[in-house]
Amino acid sequence: MIDKTTNQKAWFLVAPVVVLVAFNALIPLMTVVNYSVQETFGDNIFFWEGVKWFEQVLHSERFHDSLLRQLSFTSIILLIEVPLGVAVALSMPKKGPWVSVCLVLMALPLLIPWNVVGAMWNIFALPDIGLLGRMINGIGFDYNFTQQPTAAWFTVILMDVWHWTSLVTLLAYAGLCSIPDAYYQAARIDGASSWSVFRYIQLPKMKRVLTIAILLRFMDSFMIYTEPFVLTGGGPGNSTTFLSIDLVKIALGQFDLGPAAAMSLIYFLIILLLSWVFYTLMMRNEEQ
Amino acid sequence: MSVELKNVTKLSGAETHIYETNLRLEEGEFNILLGTTLSGKTTLLRLMAGLEKPSMGEVWFNGEDVTGVPVQKRNLSMVYQQFINYPNMSVYENIASPLRVARTPAAEIKQRVDKVAELLKLGPMLKRMPNELSGGQQQRTAMARALVKDAGLVLLDEPLANLDYKLREELREELPKLFKESGATVVYATTEPIEALLLGGHTTTLHEGNVTQHGATAEIYRKPHDLLSAQVFSDPPINTAKVTKKKEWFFLSDKVRWLADDRYANLEDGVYTVGFRPHHINLMAKHDQTVTVQGSVVITEISGSESVVHIDVDGDTWVSLSHGIHRLEAGDEAELYIQTDRCLYFDEALRLIGD
Repeated sequence: MIDKTTNQKAWFLVAPVVVLVAFNALIPLMTVVNYSVQETFGDNIFFWEGVKWFEQVLHSERFHDSLLRQLSFTSIILLIEVPLGVAVALSMPKKGPWVSVCLVLMALPLLIPWNVVGAMWNIFALPDIGLLGRMINGIGFDYNFTQQPTAAWFTVILMDVWHWTSLVTLLAYAGLCSIPDAYYQAARIDGASSWSVFRYIQLPKMKRVLTIAILLRFMDSFMIYTEPFVLTGGGPGNSTTFLSIDLVKIALGQFDLGPAAAMSLIYFLIILLLSWVFYTLMMRNEEQ
Repeated sequence: MSVELKNVTKLSGAETHIYETNLRLEEGEFNILLGTTLSGKTTLLRLMAGLEKPSMGEVWFNGEDVTGVPVQKRNLSMVYQQFINYPNMSVYENIASPLRVARTPAAEIKQRVDKVAELLKLGPMLKRMPNELSGGQQQRTAMARALVKDAGLVLLDEPLANLDYKLREELREELPKLFKESGATVVYATTEPIEALLLGGHTTTLHEGNVTQHGATAEIYRKPHDLLSAQVFSDPPINTAKVTKKKEWFFLSDKVRWLADDRYANLEDGVYTVGFRPHHINLMAKHDQTVTVQGSVVITEISGSESVVHIDVDGDTWVSLSHGIHRLEAGDEAELYIQTDRCLYFDEALRLIGD
């Protein structure tokens, strides 16, 4: 056998990272795990409950409803924002003074704090005094997002599209800018149509950045809280109560810490799983 | 097809990219555009392709004015310095793509792609994706796309510049043969005089947007019209100096002089510019028609079997190229031999004398 010298000093080198990760991720997460398997009546007295809270959450209709709402919301905004973002990026100028103007305009929505976005849209969409609300009612539609679930959904989606399409646009634009001019020339010489240029040059070249854009938008929209909370407060009724809003209601509204902790973990696992699925699917395409 | 530029000028804003140019390239010829970076090679190619419109003048193909004809109808193909292939198509699909656009029948596509692939040694790679190929193979794929079309005109914009030395030599040898068989007129832009000499055919020298000379490659090398063409077509750069002619003698300085040969017997006395290529000024006397100059070494570059010595002669820095390895240190005094029978003389306007 080969004699290995054991040198435990190396552990000191990773210690700072371990401490950092422990404080910002592991310890908070363990607190949640702790709550998810116990019952507490305050005073730091805990009773072991096993997987009771998990079963309760997974069987509750309320959780199913918010999960379904969440999945619908995320799919809708992905279906709108990704094609729209790419389309905007394609129509942006490639050079000249307008490039910076466009870039700044595109970046503006991204710089506004989330609760401000919610407040802005709340006022903007009010049916009596808001510009958007008055306008929609003015052209003959009965629109009141504080009372009609459809109107509330429409407003939340419009707000998210306004706020986040820019992110997709900027990423797609970066991808487009990295394509050498010679590709377009070659396509012109071949007589390729603009659809072929998009399908066989631009799209493949944008693939990597679009993967990142889709992943980011998926994760962000799946965790959306502030904007709909400020805009609609989850209402009318429960119609715009997405997972994180529901979670806060359970944890801080009803103070059901056990079920809330269990739900947090399930929520976390769903995001992890879906992100992994997205990523693997898109990267597998890449390899083919 | 034959290509003709008639009084073509290209301006971009206040800048002139191409000054008034008249050029005729004959059908089936291998033409080289030789010039440094920014001399206008790419612009000329783009004008021929129709990717850019001339500000003034006309482009004619086969005796027809095509100035207003769009790129895709000009029946030409182009290869770039970068390796341009469709990233998510296999090599086969890439080569077939121009034919698919032209709606060629499937059976014919297969046959033509296979033939071109064989010619360019891409047979075993047909199923691979471009990013799985080496640079040389990627560029071969791009060339196959250019060849498969049976275009009348093939434009190559420094196609070998991004390849490594070995591959460059290999492709450089194959290229003229490949295009000879296809019968296409070829225009090949390059910055390297050596490449032009190895490829042969016809050469057009370019300098800052001006065509300085056009003709058979060897002819231009031997007899450049003017000093500019000679400078474009010389690497390492051609040496120049002032000489004074007095009767039958050329005086380089008070000490250095040589007899003018018969061609210059009738030349008036006066001051002229003499040009001699680096390999005509050596560290060893080659034959009797040489003169000796003294100078101090500035730097020596040794490349295997040749030594390039930069030398300071009375304030002028000259470049000499000699066979063999000569280890000269900077500051060393050296004697050099100029082959006077190979000297080129230029008049005041820097035009070649005895043209």
